[in-house]
Amino acid sequence: MLFFVLRRLAVMLATALCLTFIVFFMTNLPPNLEKLAKSEASARMSDAEVESWLEKNGFGQPVLQRYGEWLGVLPGWTVTEEGRTRGRCFARGQTDAPRFCGVLQGEWGYSSVFRTEVSEVIGRSLGATAWLMLWVMIVMVPTALLLGVLSGMREGSRTDRVLSTAAIASTATPEYVSGVVLIAAFGSATAGLSPILADWGWIEGRTLFLGTATSAMDQITFWNFALPVITIALYGIGYIARMTRASMTEVMTQQYIRTARLKGVGFRQVVMRHALRNALIAPFTVIMLQFPWLLNGVVIVETLFNYKGFGWTLVQAASNNDIELLLACSVVAVLVVLVTQLISDIGYVFLNPRIRLA
Amino acid sequence: MQDLDTQIWDNSKPILEIENLSISFFTRLREIPAVMDFSCTVMPGEAMGLVGESGCGKSTVALGVMRDLGKNGRIVGGTIRFKGRDLTTMSEEELRHIRGSEIAMIYQEPMASLNPAMKIGAQLAEVPMIHRDMGKAEAWALARQIVADVRLPDPDRILQAYPHQLSGGQQQRIVIAMALMSKPALLILDEPTTALDVTVEAGIVDLVKDLGEKYGTSMLFISHNLGLVLDVCDRLCVMYSGEAVETGNVEEVFNEMRHPYTQALFRSIPLPGADKTTRPLVPIPGNFPLPHERPPGCNFGPRCDYFKKGLCDAQEIPMLAVPDGDRHATRCLRFQEIDWDAPLKAPKTVEKTPVGDVVLRMEDLRKYYNVSSGAFGGGSTKVVKANETLSFEAREGETLAIVGESGCGKSTFAKVLMGLETATSGKIFLYNQDIQDTPIEKRSTDTVSSVQMVFQNPFDTLNPSMTVGRQIIRALEIFQEGADDAARKARMLELLDLVKLPRAFADRMPRQLSGGQKQRVGIARAFAGGAKIVVADEPVSALDVSVQAAVTDLLMEIQRKNRTTLLFISHDLSIVRYLSDRVMVMYLGHVVELGTTDQVFSPPYHPYTEALLSAVPIADTRVKKKRIVLEGDIPSAMNPPPGCPFQTRCRWKAQVPGNLCDTVVPPLKTLESGHQIKCHLSDEILRGMEPVITIAAE
Repeated sequence: MLFFVLRRLAVMLATALCLTFIVFFMTNLPPNLEKLAKSEASARMSDAEVESWLEKNGFGQPVLQRYGEWLGVLPGWTVTEEGRTRGRCFARGQTDAPRFCGVLQGEWGYSSVFRTEVSEVIGRSLGATAWLMLWVMIVMVPTALLLGVLSGMREGSRTDRVLSTAAIASTATPEYVSGVVLIAAFGSATAGLSPILADWGWIEGRTLFLGTATSAMDQITFWNFALPVITIALYGIGYIARMTRASMTEVMTQQYIRTARLKGVGFRQVVMRHALRNALIAPFTVIMLQFPWLLNGVVIVETLFNYKGFGWTLVQAASNNDIELLLACSVVAVLVVLVTQLISDIGYVFLNPRIRLA
Repeated sequence: MQDLDTQIWDNSKPILEIENLSISFFTRLREIPAVMDFSCTVMPGEAMGLVGESGCGKSTVALGVMRDLGKNGRIVGGTIRFKGRDLTTMSEEELRHIRGSEIAMIYQEPMASLNPAMKIGAQLAEVPMIHRDMGKAEAWALARQIVADVRLPDPDRILQAYPHQLSGGQQQRIVIAMALMSKPALLILDEPTTALDVTVEAGIVDLVKDLGEKYGTSMLFISHNLGLVLDVCDRLCVMYSGEAVETGNVEEVFNEMRHPYTQALFRSIPLPGADKTTRPLVPIPGNFPLPHERPPGCNFGPRCDYFKKGLCDAQEIPMLAVPDGDRHATRCLRFQEIDWDAPLKAPKTVEKTPVGDVVLRMEDLRKYYNVSSGAFGGGSTKVVKANETLSFEAREGETLAIVGESGCGKSTFAKVLMGLETATSGKIFLYNQDIQDTPIEKRSTDTVSSVQMVFQNPFDTLNPSMTVGRQIIRALEIFQEGADDAARKARMLELLDLVKLPRAFADRMPRQLSGGQKQRVGIARAFAGGAKIVVADEPVSALDVSVQAAVTDLLMEIQRKNRTTLLFISHDLSIVRYLSDRVMVMYLGHVVELGTTDQVFSPPYHPYTEALLSAVPIADTRVKKKRIVLEGDIPSAMNPPPGCPFQTRCRWKAQVPGNLCDTVVPPLKTLESGHQIKCHLSDEILRGMEPVITIAAE
């Protein structure tokens, strides 16, 4: 087990290095840098001025070396100009600095959009998104598994057909549609349910749920968080429920289910004790794949509900050419993908005794 | 209800009484009758055999008794009375109390029948926990006891194991243990040993018989193997196309059969005495009727030698009691007119094919596989010795049988010969050209077409989306036979003639063919390039007995015509004895015995051959067998025992002085005229061996 985890960690590290280099290379292409120079210094610079600005700010070196600096395995660049030394590792206005300052030293750089440390931006937005993801998972996974198992245990029954239709409908509706529909139905003071309920005096405020989740940044309540969570969960529920159903129907036709039935095990127990664990093996991978999907898939929902999480930050970084922030975002995304896959592989072993880690 | 359960059942009344049972499956198109007018009675402690070919409805009867016919199946008539209670009208809840506690079932595929994600102990303990409200600890203790009862070693370890960690034989013992957990009154065994090796099968059969006696359980034993039924059952019921055609006492039915189908069945299986040249098998003509295409009157009519128009097809045939029989009945109107003792009508005999020059020679062939054995990847690599020092030669026109149980290396050998794998060391000479290092993609077309293979499972080896004719033409193209498309088409039709398929089959898709027909296509394909050597890897084991005879005959006929060398890989010693000239017995990658068929099938034996012969069930009441049951499982090829590969299970080991068997691999010693045995036993002891199978004088 330990050996397996260590080996997987090594592979993860290699994968992370490759992926971050690709992102680094893409974000550091010449046009990007030119834009950066013009936005940092002056928009009306000539090409030669851009060139010299880049040179002076450490962008003149080869890509690999700059990647090394960013990682923190190569010493940061320094320029001595008019007796003063500036460099990558010098905090603004300071004259003394460590030799290395990269991701490994915890220096993620400076965000040009938010005018603050990248690590701070990432930390804050990741925290916000983590809450969103947590609640989505809490809502989505049990609901989806329940729906899947219920419809899969008696294939072709009325329950199955109703639940399957619902699952297909929910997964066929993109978040930007379901989000808008949900806001209109529950979060609007003039349309949908809220005005009716408010008329009847059943709800205190003007709307049943809040159409924006900005206030959830400070304090999460059912009122301000329900809609974004439901919007994301709806899509995933359908997807996971379909997977669970397929797996469940297959398991229910297996011979060991017949064995259990002919042992005199009741239907409930057949489903709970004999079918469930075997049926969860396939959807488990899908559920674990939801984490990376959620992390990046929240872009739309966070923008829609104006919730300043990871997705929203990513959009800001990308549209404002904030290279350091983009890089940090991609590193986080890569790590999340790799870690969830590791967890998924280990969890698999516990579900399926036939699999040995190899 | 509960009172009835606890009452001791009056032992003079039948446990199970099935009367005029009819079961149908309903599809969107039509009703398909699977079982019609089936009656049988099982007395307490009695073992009833249900025999028939696939599709005859024997498993449907079993599932009908269990009332587990799926969504489409329904009992449309008749009654099933278990201890006097009618199962056909019981509610689900009542059935649940009977299933597993009073009627238990043992299945064909033990691996698929056990829950892969539950520990063995939990699966066993569940039974008394459901039916007797037993506490968990007590139930596990009972499970442990029953596991010991089914003669599994180390019960504590087994209870904690998952099904995939056990061998096939052990899994089947667990399924049996599970059925016995609540001491049922009736045990239904649905082909319980079909998926197992013969020596394992022998152990299971012994176990089932002993347990039946110990617990006084009645049994409904479903099998297609007449020999097994003779071994296990007191009475039997022969089924054909959804009907019982003959029922009675086993001895009586075997010796004095009164239905043409039963007779035809016995004539189509290789019993001792059958021989490919002097007493060939008689296949049953025609095909099994599809359920919705059954003929009027007698279902067996169209294939029956005694068919009389106007009588057999004019009416529904009832079961008729045979006078002076022991509850013996037959579904034949003419059974009293037929002369049952008449000898076979002029059996066609053929000349024995003379054996020609050596075409294939193997010298010290070895095939090792490297496998990494570390639990989490990496770790040490182990060597699986799939073949060890294989040496033999095969001559033109000869049939060499390669016999052994699963894992003995017979399929690896075939792969190396075909070029799907290359040998680790040693030589393979094909017409003096060594091919052991040439993988199949580098072999010349000539070599490839001259060494061909007939595969075990005809259902998976044909491309489902290509017509039969196209598949044969494709083989011809690859072998560069025929000048143009027209020539190849003509050749393809000739090949269909050769394997006795109608030419119209060229345009059919594989799914429209029966198993036997598919295997014929497989044979046609193998012979498309004029193969000199054909490796037949269990070519008939997936087929029904009556079809087996026809396919075997066909292979023999083509062999005689083309003077092909046939390497016949099989685990079925009856068929091997019937058709092979020489036999090679393999165990754990070693050739343990090699000789002519007579030499191998009569003493002196290698101890493994002796056990193998004793394990084969023979459907002949005159045959007396010595019972030798091998203990334990075949050792893993990854971790073979030191010294003689067979020493862990050998009953003769004590006769060898010192610890020779434990330390030294025995040399291959040659007895008279080319009979080779790999054993340490001295010549005197070998000479003193008694025959395993004796046929009582008539």
